[in-house]
Amino acid sequence: MSTPMENSRQWPLFEVFIRARGGLDHKHVGSLHAADARMAIDHARDLYTRRQEGVSIWVVPSKDITASDPTEMDSLFEPARDKIYRHPTFYEIPDEVKTL
Amino acid sequence: MNEPLFRYVLRLGDLSLVLGQRLGEWVGHAPALEEDLGLANVALDLIGQARLLLTYAGEVEGRGRDEDAIAYLREHGEYLNAILAEQPNGDFGQTIVRQVLIDAFQLELYERMSTSTDERLAAIAAKSVKEVRYHLRYSSGWLVRLGDGTEESHARVQSALDNLWPYTVELFAEDELDRLMAEQGVAPRLDEVHAAWSARIERILAEATLNRPKDRPHSWHGKRGQHSEHLGYILAEMQHLQRAYPGARW
Repeated sequence: MSTPMENSRQWPLFEVFIRARGGLDHKHVGSLHAADARMAIDHARDLYTRRQEGVSIWVVPSKDITASDPTEMDSLFEPARDKIYRHPTFYEIPDEVKTL
Repeated sequence: MNEPLFRYVLRLGDLSLVLGQRLGEWVGHAPALEEDLGLANVALDLIGQARLLLTYAGEVEGRGRDEDAIAYLREHGEYLNAILAEQPNGDFGQTIVRQVLIDAFQLELYERMSTSTDERLAAIAAKSVKEVRYHLRYSSGWLVRLGDGTEESHARVQSALDNLWPYTVELFAEDELDRLMAEQGVAPRLDEVHAAWSARIERILAEATLNRPKDRPHSWHGKRGQHSEHLGYILAEMQHLQRAYPGARW
């Protein structure tokens, strides 16, 4: 267990998102510690793109991410389960439409 | 053999080799895991540059020596790096100061050398300049952070800067070989490199709230093969394996 003292000496955590190539979206790849955003970009470059994994990096302070509460999973996600009509699988697709 | 070109390429290659070896000493000892990787990445780029340059030096020499023979089997006095590169790592701040001073030098040098009349050096410079630009981004970012940081971090990097500054004079001390290379268009003129380096360093130091030390006459001659005692220890570690087990592979 780390003490509060040790925690205050740790660099803040950043989440790292990498775009693999132009046209794709940025995907979350992991997180790292850095003292500031510029350092986070440098570290992300060294840690996550050393094997040519990307062409663009985003870093976001982890503390700025608002996450859903796992204990609310039932109320948040269960209600969608029996609404299969929301999937667009009930439509007849005309033959002329090729690239849907 | 084109002796001047051979010696000039050794100067460039040895600067990268010795600095890369020095940075490698941080692996496993850096202040954070992320910095461990950051420093190792820079070290690997430098070793990569040294490989290209020393391979070329071997070809210019024409005696059949490859990169390994040149890197691992020369003696102390045959290394032609400026001695700033061999100065000890000290604390993290001192390593960063040394790095900024050399990164900025290599950046200004390689930018100009990418149009060298020597095609091979032009190609190596064009490849290396991209790496070096990142090295300086990394090192100057840290220098600003430390210089403009706490009272202690500021005092430490200012003191490292004061201690290392005198060695920068050697980087730009033009001798006959430098002049010859510039006349042939192989290398840029050192006074041009110096002016650009000086302006760049000035901006970084201002942002880092650090004072630029005064230039003093220098008495360092690493570029002529006269080194500080530090190089011997570096070579002992670097060359031990090749000398104990010649031709060892893994």
